[in-house]
Amino acid sequence: MDAQTLTYIIVGVTFALYIGIAIWAKAGTTDDFYVAGHHVPPLANGMATAADWMSAASFISMAGLISFMGRDGAMYLMGWTGGYVLLALLLAPYLRKFGQFTVPDFVGDRYYSDAARTVAVICALFVSFTYVAGQMRGVGIVFSRFLEVDIMTGVLIGMSTVFFYAVLGGMKGITYTQVAQYCVLIFAFMVPAIFISILMTGNPVPQLGFGAELADGSGYLLDKLDGISTELGFGEYTAGNKSTIDMFCIVAALMVGTAGLPHVIVRFFTVPKVSDARLSAGYALVLIAILYTTAPAVASFARLNLIDTVSNAEYQATPEWFKNWEAIDLIAWRDKNSDGKIQYTAGNAFEGKPDFYEEGKGASGERLLRNENGPSDNELYIDQDIMVLANPEIADLPNWVVALVVAGGLAAALSTAAGLLLVISTSVAHDLFKKMLLPNITDKQELMFARMAVAIAVLIAGYFGINPPGFVAQVVAFAFGLSASTFFPIILMGIFYKRMNKEGAISGMLTGLVFTSLYIIYFKFINPDASNAENWWFGVSPEGAGTIGMALNFVVAYVVSQFTNAPPKDVQDMIEWIRVPRG
Amino acid sequence: MSENSDNYWKENVRLVLKLLAIWFIASFGMGILFVDWLNQFQFVGFPFGFWMAQQGAIYVFVVLIFVYVFKMNKLDKKFGVGEEEMMDEGSE
Repeated sequence: MDAQTLTYIIVGVTFALYIGIAIWAKAGTTDDFYVAGHHVPPLANGMATAADWMSAASFISMAGLISFMGRDGAMYLMGWTGGYVLLALLLAPYLRKFGQFTVPDFVGDRYYSDAARTVAVICALFVSFTYVAGQMRGVGIVFSRFLEVDIMTGVLIGMSTVFFYAVLGGMKGITYTQVAQYCVLIFAFMVPAIFISILMTGNPVPQLGFGAELADGSGYLLDKLDGISTELGFGEYTAGNKSTIDMFCIVAALMVGTAGLPHVIVRFFTVPKVSDARLSAGYALVLIAILYTTAPAVASFARLNLIDTVSNAEYQATPEWFKNWEAIDLIAWRDKNSDGKIQYTAGNAFEGKPDFYEEGKGASGERLLRNENGPSDNELYIDQDIMVLANPEIADLPNWVVALVVAGGLAAALSTAAGLLLVISTSVAHDLFKKMLLPNITDKQELMFARMAVAIAVLIAGYFGINPPGFVAQVVAFAFGLSASTFFPIILMGIFYKRMNKEGAISGMLTGLVFTSLYIIYFKFINPDASNAENWWFGVSPEGAGTIGMALNFVVAYVVSQFTNAPPKDVQDMIEWIRVPRG
Repeated sequence: MSENSDNYWKENVRLVLKLLAIWFIASFGMGILFVDWLNQFQFVGFPFGFWMAQQGAIYVFVVLIFVYVFKMNKLDKKFGVGEEEMMDEGSE
């Protein structure tokens, strides 16, 4: 069977599975809808958290990014896993004991203030919408490349599936679909990784294979990779390019940002007990670590394979996948020295993203570009997002593996999108309407509001998927930066520092929010040309701004709280109560 | 706060600080600050700093959470603040 038919079958079967689960897990009350009735067993919650967390970015883009960054790619690996330690040790158990539905709930109650609640709702909405837009772009890419439908149809299919199970099942439906999606995505990620590891090193465990000797007897894989990377001018794969302070701040911002993300935190509200919250954070990280320790192996396999395949190859002799990705603008080649061969070296082949002419072909049959030449001799542009998706084809794996990877990418994107949509709907229906605007509505009415909010959020997210704002990549830094500089410090102090009061929390949160936003907006949108180490504060790039914002938040909150009244007695009692599991 | 839960809280904080120190050393220490120095050592087929940054730190994180789970369950028992006796507390 050809790859496309197989892809249709496998994707169709997984989608049918998700919808079947949703019908089985229909939500009846707001409790079910927001937190699955607090009845999710720890292992199931761990799987759901892992699927919730691992997005299109983790599944599709991360290994590709690492592949091009070399050792510096570790910032994503450590940054997006280390946060779970903070979450498990500092936040999850206490928030579970607190036992409400959302992060703004905690902020509003702990700081006895609707102003604090409102700031938290705004941050939660902003972070979640930013993130959803990225997921929809992932769905679009996958559909357009592998199912050959246009991006709009692809997004519509994805959206209607999510719509169905999120509106019907709420958190309960989402949780059990995420369990299934975790299984699909991890299987889809591991199978090609294991195949490639065996092909290249003879070792079936990718985590070991990438430190092993190559099967063709040319020495250790990483030595060879360092060798050819240096030869082509990229610098050693195992050496870093970023400054230590920048690395430090980016990793810190990602870790702390992860721990503060509302759609991750809310998962720990769904388990029955405090001790289950701790345990399920452990399960979640193990399940995440399976993918996160495989990704760097995939990255180095893919890097070596790619260089082997394209470097100095004749364009006409390149394999089918090369032209397929070129056809949808994700690979581009300009024959600068007219030798018909691909010269792949460091530096940009040309300015910006490829801008193809619709008509006409070059001497070798390649698509022609309008872009200005870049300063280097490099002739090749490769979009980082294609490495994982193209990997099975690059390594010449059977068609069903290609189909599986497609289903996995979709599972990763849909599971994360669903979790985020739920946070958006909860923020609107619960935090905004029930807690502030219309406190007298019944449980039934609130549930209806929540369903409507999901429906509207799905439509907005779908719109962004079809018309992706050009700044998706930039705004992801924003999501983590804001999460790190607003939520994490005030939740942490809310639990561990009894004296922290509403004045301190609000001023801290606003300081973090304003500083981080301005820093990122200035360097990413207003003056991107100035975005280099000379102009950055302390050499910290906008991606690491959340770390400075977080530090400022802590300092301002502490100082302000010293000059204002201690929180009321009932709040102090509540803090003591959330610190112990029993009761 | 009763003296019992006060002591429970102090031991809890001490445990968390110890584990976070290891968390910091494994990731920020070995994976970032001293990564170049550690790269001079070979670990199986990896430069050691590179391995810590792309693999080792993650394994340490996993172990830390499970140590925490185990120790906290023991602590809950020691101070009698655990949830075992509370049956089906699910629907509050």
